[in-house]
Amino acid sequence: LFLQTPRMFAQSSQNSVSPVLLLVLLGCVLCPPAQASKSSEDIRCKCICPPYRNISGHIYNKNVSQKDCNCLHVVEPMPVPGNDVEAYCLLCECKYEERSTTTIKVIIIIYLSVVGALLLYMAFLVLVDPLIRKPDPYTQALHNEEDSEDTRSLATVPTLAGARANTVLERVEGAQQRWKRQVQEQRKTVFDRHKMLS
Amino acid sequence: MVNAGDMNGSGNLMDFLDEPFPDVGTYEDFHTIDWLREKSRDTDRHRKITSKSKESIWEFIKSLLDAWSGWVVMLLIGLLAGTLAGVIDLAVDWMTDLKEGVCLSAFWYSHEQCCWTSNETTFDDRDKCPQWQKWSELLVSQSEGASAYILNYFLYIMWALCFAFLAVSLVRVFAPYACGSGIPEIKTILSGFIIRGYLGKWTLLIKTVTLVLVVSSGLSLGKEGPLVHVACCCGNFFSSLFSKYSKNEGKRREVLSAAAAAGVSVAFGAPIGGVLFSLEEVSYYFPLKTLWRSFFAALVAAFTLRSINPFGNSRLVLFYVEYHTPWYMAELFPFILLGVFGGLWGTLFIQCNIAWCRRRKTTRLGKYPVLEVIVITAITAIIAYPNPYTRRSTSELISELFNDCGALESSQLCDYINDPNMTRPVDDIPDRPAGPGVYSAMWQLALALVFKIVITIFTFGMKIPSGLFIPSMAVGAMAGRMVGIGVEQLAYHHHDWIIFRNWCRPGADCVTPGLYAMVGAAACLGGVTRMTVSLVVIMFELTGGLEYIVPLMAAAVTSKWVADAFGKEGIYEAHIHLNGYPFLDVKDEFTHRTLATDVMRPRRGEAPLSVLTQDSMTVEDVETLIKETDYNGFPVVVSKDSERLIGFAQRRELILAIKNARQRQDGVVSNSIVYFTEDPPELPPNSPHPLKLRRILNLSPFTVTDHTPMETVVDIFRKLGLRQCLVTRSGRLLGIITKKDVLRHMAQMANQDPESIMFN
Repeated sequence: LFLQTPRMFAQSSQNSVSPVLLLVLLGCVLCPPAQASKSSEDIRCKCICPPYRNISGHIYNKNVSQKDCNCLHVVEPMPVPGNDVEAYCLLCECKYEERSTTTIKVIIIIYLSVVGALLLYMAFLVLVDPLIRKPDPYTQALHNEEDSEDTRSLATVPTLAGARANTVLERVEGAQQRWKRQVQEQRKTVFDRHKMLS
Repeated sequence: MVNAGDMNGSGNLMDFLDEPFPDVGTYEDFHTIDWLREKSRDTDRHRKITSKSKESIWEFIKSLLDAWSGWVVMLLIGLLAGTLAGVIDLAVDWMTDLKEGVCLSAFWYSHEQCCWTSNETTFDDRDKCPQWQKWSELLVSQSEGASAYILNYFLYIMWALCFAFLAVSLVRVFAPYACGSGIPEIKTILSGFIIRGYLGKWTLLIKTVTLVLVVSSGLSLGKEGPLVHVACCCGNFFSSLFSKYSKNEGKRREVLSAAAAAGVSVAFGAPIGGVLFSLEEVSYYFPLKTLWRSFFAALVAAFTLRSINPFGNSRLVLFYVEYHTPWYMAELFPFILLGVFGGLWGTLFIQCNIAWCRRRKTTRLGKYPVLEVIVITAITAIIAYPNPYTRRSTSELISELFNDCGALESSQLCDYINDPNMTRPVDDIPDRPAGPGVYSAMWQLALALVFKIVITIFTFGMKIPSGLFIPSMAVGAMAGRMVGIGVEQLAYHHHDWIIFRNWCRPGADCVTPGLYAMVGAAACLGGVTRMTVSLVVIMFELTGGLEYIVPLMAAAVTSKWVADAFGKEGIYEAHIHLNGYPFLDVKDEFTHRTLATDVMRPRRGEAPLSVLTQDSMTVEDVETLIKETDYNGFPVVVSKDSERLIGFAQRRELILAIKNARQRQDGVVSNSIVYFTEDPPELPPNSPHPLKLRRILNLSPFTVTDHTPMETVVDIFRKLGLRQCLVTRSGRLLGIITKKDVLRHMAQMANQDPESIMFN
């Protein structure tokens, strides 16, 4: 049963993994921007003031709302005396910026988990699968058939040699076999025969 | 020429009582669709729904849902494309910075995000903050010095190799169709070709994931072309949920055209440019109804991306510029020079890239795709790290080059000598003399330019998702900025020359080098892709202002003229020719005086045409004919003596119909007569049950006479999307012209190798 479980997991998630993943991605990503509350980390007003006379350049950050985002509210303490403030503020550039930390965190973590899952599945397919899978005569015949090119024109409906698959496991396994055949055909077209995609 | 009438001759009610054949109407892989049949099937479907909608309220609602399904599909495509683009942008941002260091407070922050809330940034070191540490600081606690530099260099290369190796392995194991740009193949698909799996779910997933990896690895490629492929995969996915689009290949291509527009829209933040790009570059048949729907999809995608807000300032693209300084008529001369440079670079790039890709296709170089990716990544990383302009991501480079220098800039490129008493506001800084930083920046930019020109030739076309827009724009932006700085310094130091005297007074802000960078980028992009209107619209949507349309147009027009003088094909058409896709370009002109009989098959000396007769062949004869030949269809004539044409039967439908009949109908054996007429022929008694195949017969195939000029024939193929056309004389069937024959003939006339047209 232990050996069966990773196989079942991999196979049952075969064709449905990518659309489910996409939908999960869509859901998780569209939810965070819908949040109305903004934490204090997420907004700021950034004023960059260049060197002026004998005052060196400085950057000022403050968590203020957009209407207060100007030089007078943000630049504290004001380095120039009162009558020079206007001239100094004319040189400063203030920008209101906001970001969503939750979005960034969620997206990066989802992305890393997708890459991790793909890595694991790739390791499984490349290393573990050839050891587990017993070469049965059906797949062997299919391998031989694939090598000749003219199967494509007359292979309208590939008939299964043997009883129709009934149980869920066998149906899923059939789907995975079909997928693997497809990918192998694609790999031959692109990587070996260089027929497509140079 | 016979016009297309009702497809299957269903004037007889008895035909509807026949069993419908399953799978009739789907196409095989690597075949061309029949546009006319798809259109007529859609009209039939629509007529049926409209007539049923008068029956009950439920049918009426169903007809409304059917009408609205198009808009629902567009909405879904826009949402998913925008979401994926946002995910890609955020992930690229983070992973690019991962090569250099890591944020200690939260590892998922990129450099800029990490230092966002820090109070310890100073004016000179506005990028440094203690939470972000380079790898050398983290591992050996040193941030300056030779050993730190070497450790950072080494780790940069290691990360780049790791990302690239992961990307190419994922592509190889899961979805080999995910490599390349995707635009040449999508052009071919939209013209009616079927490539199964090219727009599938695994291709979508792998392309998205590996695109992030390869852009972060620092390779000289962009993400715009692959984003078009990603958006088309989304389009394919959603159209398979609605039977209106999943069963009809012609309607599906309308959805794909709109999806391509959404893809460009999120790549550049340019919805109108995206629709025009889809119209000009990608789509084949673009009905006006699709225009409005494409615009809707592009808008929804842009809006979704904006709400994810990947760059933190509600801009869609990293290099959006906002200045509005005017330009002067005398500056048109350097702009046109930049256009010439763009055209020359485009030609050079196309020739070299095609030569390299051809070498990859035909020699042993193509047998080591993974090794090739690793070697190119290593070379790119090793050469790119020392130069600060190539070390950072190309989008950031373009952003810096596009932006004008104010008094607040601290980069080397903006190291002008400032007047200490100056009190002008930020966006009206007059022209200043260049400081030493600017001169060293020019040297570094020149080296970066040469490097980028060379390495992009080898990068585009590898077995990883790779786009072309960003590297071309980077090359153009670097060249443009250097020209701009040159003109600026020339104007400052020689403001008493005639050309400068009128418009450039000392103390005025006359030359904007950032504008030259934009014009250079547009010129190079136009030279490579030969885009016209869509390029100008994309660039002006990027800049947000109409002031710069004239310089952009001047550069785009010049670069297209110069590039067209050397070769008619853009990079995508060149790749289509290289791979031999059966793509009949609408932009090509056919001006030769050949006739239909020169192109038709069978030629003199070849075997006669394989035909089916109306009612004198047995099932066994038909099966033998199918097995011995590999034609896609067979004309049906009255008899072998009088070769008068009745119709055309497709190979796939013949196979399915015969198989079905053998399984289901009683009495059909190998000796049964196959007939295509309404009534069965006169048969002797005790003969087996005949097989009626009128249902699969196309009674209105396109025919031309043998003296029709090929110019007309090519036009017919292009405008109607035909697969084959029969040639008759006085009603007698002479031969057949297929799309492949037309393409081979055109290649032969253009002195290219006619055997390079592959696929069936």
